Amino acid sequence: MSKSKETPAAKANAPEPSYLTAKSGLMSWLVTVDHKRIGLMYLAATLFFFLVAGLLAIALRTELYTPTQDFMSAATYNKVFTLHGAIMVFLFIIPSVPAALGNFILPLMLGAKDVAFPKLNLLSFYIYCIAAVMLVTTLFLGSLDTGWTFYTPYSKSTGTAVIMATMGAFVAGFSSILTGVNFVVTVHKMRAPGMTWNRMPLMIWAIYATALIQVMATPVLAITLFLLIIERTLNIGIFDPALGGDPVLYQHFFWFYSHPAVYIMILPGFGIISELVTVHSRKHIFGYRAIALSSVAIAVISFIVWGHHMFVSGQSELAGIVFSFLTFAVAVPTAIKVFSWVATLYGGSIRFNTPMWYALVFLWTFTVGGLTGVYLGTLSVDVHLHDTYFVVAHFHYVMVGGTVVAFIGGLFHWWPKMFGRMFNETAGKISALLVFIGFNTTFMTQFFLGHQGMPRRYYAYLPEYEVMHQVSTIGSWILMVGLFTVLGTLLHAIKYGAKAPSNPWGAVSLDWQTASPPIEHNFHDTIHVTGSPYDFPEIDKSGAHH
Amino acid sequence: MINFSMMFHGQLGMLGVPPEKLGTPPMSDSPWQLLPSASNHAASLDNLYVFLTAVCGVSFVVVIGAMVWFMYKYKYKSDKDRTSPLTHNGKLEFGWSAIPAVFLMVFFVWGEVGFVNMSSPPADAIDIRVTGEKWKWTIEYPGRSMASTIEVEGGEVAPYLIVPLGQPVRLTMTSKDVIHSFYIPAFRVKKDVVPGRYSTVWFTAIEEGTFPVFCTEYCGDEHSSMLAVVKVVKPEEYKAAVEAATVLEQGASETAEQFGEKVFKTFACNSCHTVDGSAKVGPSFKGVVGRTENLADGSSIVVDENYIRESIYQPNAKVVAGFTPQMPTFAGQINDEQMNALIAYMKTLK
Repeated sequence: MSKSKETPAAKANAPEPSYLTAKSGLMSWLVTVDHKRIGLMYLAATLFFFLVAGLLAIALRTELYTPTQDFMSAATYNKVFTLHGAIMVFLFIIPSVPAALGNFILPLMLGAKDVAFPKLNLLSFYIYCIAAVMLVTTLFLGSLDTGWTFYTPYSKSTGTAVIMATMGAFVAGFSSILTGVNFVVTVHKMRAPGMTWNRMPLMIWAIYATALIQVMATPVLAITLFLLIIERTLNIGIFDPALGGDPVLYQHFFWFYSHPAVYIMILPGFGIISELVTVHSRKHIFGYRAIALSSVAIAVISFIVWGHHMFVSGQSELAGIVFSFLTFAVAVPTAIKVFSWVATLYGGSIRFNTPMWYALVFLWTFTVGGLTGVYLGTLSVDVHLHDTYFVVAHFHYVMVGGTVVAFIGGLFHWWPKMFGRMFNETAGKISALLVFIGFNTTFMTQFFLGHQGMPRRYYAYLPEYEVMHQVSTIGSWILMVGLFTVLGTLLHAIKYGAKAPSNPWGAVSLDWQTASPPIEHNFHDTIHVTGSPYDFPEIDKSGAHH
Repeated sequence: MINFSMMFHGQLGMLGVPPEKLGTPPMSDSPWQLLPSASNHAASLDNLYVFLTAVCGVSFVVVIGAMVWFMYKYKYKSDKDRTSPLTHNGKLEFGWSAIPAVFLMVFFVWGEVGFVNMSSPPADAIDIRVTGEKWKWTIEYPGRSMASTIEVEGGEVAPYLIVPLGQPVRLTMTSKDVIHSFYIPAFRVKKDVVPGRYSTVWFTAIEEGTFPVFCTEYCGDEHSSMLAVVKVVKPEEYKAAVEAATVLEQGASETAEQFGEKVFKTFACNSCHTVDGSAKVGPSFKGVVGRTENLADGSSIVVDENYIRESIYQPNAKVVAGFTPQMPTFAGQINDEQMNALIAYMKTLK
């Protein structure tokens, strides 16, 4: 910061170093309490694990190219799909949007200097790192072959490193809880003057709803995994039927966390899409209140639908019926969001740049993901489709087609803000096309595999499924090329990209009302908010375009 | 015996029932088709499935069609573009909340009715017992001492569920170890098979034929070879078919070694023990008789008839070093005649 003797005008004009250059040296990163730097460290870490778990997925798909064993034994295949799932869920998707992008964006969007508890923020990053080390350590302790769900009694009896892995997930949960607490308080207490709840960007609403789930649901996961650990070490008979325990009880506990966790993974993606479709079509969001409240509604209802993972598990039929009903209840607010995003495009001036292309890809893939969820919520149909590739496809349409596509769109959108550099538009658009084609080829095929009866988690399969598996595998290779194109484009931009203006997209929200990259304390002065974050200058207030 | 020509280039499988050797005919000719409607549940479920697909298909076309139309109509033209001030529309929002809600309730009720029906076996159903364990199914009929099995492609032996056409059948299922799940795609039925409790599933087969059965709850190394075959026969053939499939005795023209190989496959020993020298879940049987094995407790033993017998009846008494104690006991399942033949067969694996 400049010295206070200068006149206000001179102070405003003085080029102030950005958060990237204000301090230097390794220690300035390792002990930073700047939310932007912590966000970038999260980003580097989560992208690393995305790469690792993604390559594991490519190995799985390649093994599945033929019906018989190719280059992985059954035991290796089981370990690889377990690590793919566990790393993707616990080390990539859960922290990706909230902790990486959210950390960077949230205080900027609120007009705040930082999150409410900057040191807690750094602590949650290091807890995440400890969890990551623990999960990676399982590789050297015989790895893990339980699936990312750790179902009992298999997880009690298998010889692999279940304790280290569940301890890792347990610790990762604390990182998630601390981030959640921090964000809830930040949203309540750190909004710029004039930013009422109704003037908050929808990205903030989404992060807020996510943070609430993180705080309320994650402790249940911690308790569940802790019970599993003491079951394994002390044989107390909670889940093991041989000791009088109930293995299905574990599934209830696990999904009580893990269903809300699905919304921890997707809600922030919703937030990103709300920003992208408005800014790049120069339109006010359609149905602000409906989108904001549906985020909260989803957060609440998500706690009472866990049993839809267990329609054939042996839970009571009545429970199945109640959970099916509640599952359909959560479909309505989700549908409202999709309709509102599409309606936002109406009457706009749509800029087809890379972030917008990713938003449009999201609308396609997430619509497929949402509609196929309706099949799975329908009781009798789920009996047929449960634990088949239909579920694999649905899950990936929501998690990859939804969250990951939104995340990549968000990265392109905020990259100029993060690094002060523009990316190559052509490369970005090519990446979006490759991701779209590769993703749909990979996973659309799997719906057909599923309705043809192909079970999940098979490393060898009946020959009749071969052609569909081959199409899916080829799709996964295209998707891989697309994702590497994303990585290349973004990294290229940091080094060689043109300098970005402070507000390259002409956005109205506060994150763009500061330099690119932002100064260390985000804003020179307190910002006063007087209107909506979606009040773009192109909007024709005369009503002629209504 | 089902004997279809090898549909796929035949690597030598080492699985319990290698999927490529299950030998059931393809369930459908193309991915677009529905599976055969081989049970009462399949018929009613398929109507709902088609209805769902129609409604979801139309919804997708409407949503994505609107998106594509807007993308075309409202694309950026110049910096002078003016955009609509529209921010909300109460009637529209109510409509697109209420209309999906109505359809969702139709799906819910229709699915619920089918589910309740699937959960309510009729009183006159034929009872068949199914036991899951890593990694085989055991299918037992009332009054028969042996579990039923069938020889499929390449001399492999698969568990065999025989059901009569047009008569309700109820499977009462449990597991000996971890959770499995019994899934007959052609019948659209699936139920988890949980240790420490019984779960049931029922159906009435309405189409003759041979269909695959899958384990659909992940259960460890050989999860993908935990397969079985279900065959629907005419009611008058049912009794004879069950009797033929529940005998495991040495045939008059069979040597002890040949019979032993059949025992080896029937009890799915090959899920874990190869005959080609490669280690799987347990030690390979190649050259096992007379071999000196180092045991997990540090001692060593020369494998002879008594050690084999002990290891089959008390598998965890003397575990070979490098393997985990996870073999189930076969006490009460493999009788003396079968044991003798099995040992005779193992001696041939040099």
